[in-house]
Amino acid sequence: MNFTVVPTANYLILAAALFCLGMLGVLIRRNALVVFMCIELMLNAANLTFLAFARERGDTVGHISPFFIIAVAAAEAAVGLAIIISVFRNRGTVNIEEIQSMKH
Amino acid sequence: MNAEQLLFVVFSIGTIVSAASVIFVRNPVASAMSLVASFFFLAGIYVLLWAHTIAVLQILVYAGAIMVLFLFVIMLLSLTDTGPIAQLSPSRIAGAIATVALLAALVSVFRKLPSSDTIAWASDAGRVATFGTLKQLGAVMYTQWLFPFEAVSLLLLVAIVGAVVVAKSRI
Repeated sequence: MNFTVVPTANYLILAAALFCLGMLGVLIRRNALVVFMCIELMLNAANLTFLAFARERGDTVGHISPFFIIAVAAAEAAVGLAIIISVFRNRGTVNIEEIQSMKH
Repeated sequence: MNAEQLLFVVFSIGTIVSAASVIFVRNPVASAMSLVASFFFLAGIYVLLWAHTIAVLQILVYAGAIMVLFLFVIMLLSLTDTGPIAQLSPSRIAGAIATVALLAALVSVFRKLPSSDTIAWASDAGRVATFGTLKQLGAVMYTQWLFPFEAVSLLLLVAIVGAVVVAKSRI
């Protein structure tokens, strides 16, 4: 059985583009929630890289890492959003330029 | 052009466009919905990579659970975002330039990879039939990766307790 597939390098370039879009969002946006969503984009780019290499090498372990990344992303989203709610309650804003000191 | 190439083009354009609109749309709810669209297109890409189980998890956990959490928080805070998306400042311009430079570097490296349009191990039909199935994933997960799997359950417990402690004003 021989398949003609899209080369792995194309998937890696897509992952690089996705990672850079997430990085651009983290660097230029001011809304902490949008910054958080951009971090999720970067995590997904990492997942895509793992899966691309898993197919290239025929290795199921490449599917285990995205599984754990999804679980850790869920935990990270819960804690991060709790922090954002707590900051919003104390400061009344989620603009990261107005949140510059640790004390409240 | 075969089906995988066509679907790859469609899904990758969808992923990139919706990921870009996460960044360049002002309303946070619209950003979140673009991110959901991006996750759906990415799930399509995962299916093209023969990772059906991860594609289903992506939709169930990411597009379902995590994004619902995001939307709840956005609506709870009822943010009204006025003003420009990003003011030009030296650090932002430097960040944008660094991002473009990183993308150029990564793409130039990936273009040098040996690109073959066949998979070396795909001549083994039995291996292709079981690759990425829930059965095989479970077998690896519960033998080789049992300890990390259990550690993740502890991490989720800590995250639940932490989220309650941080977000609740009086316990």
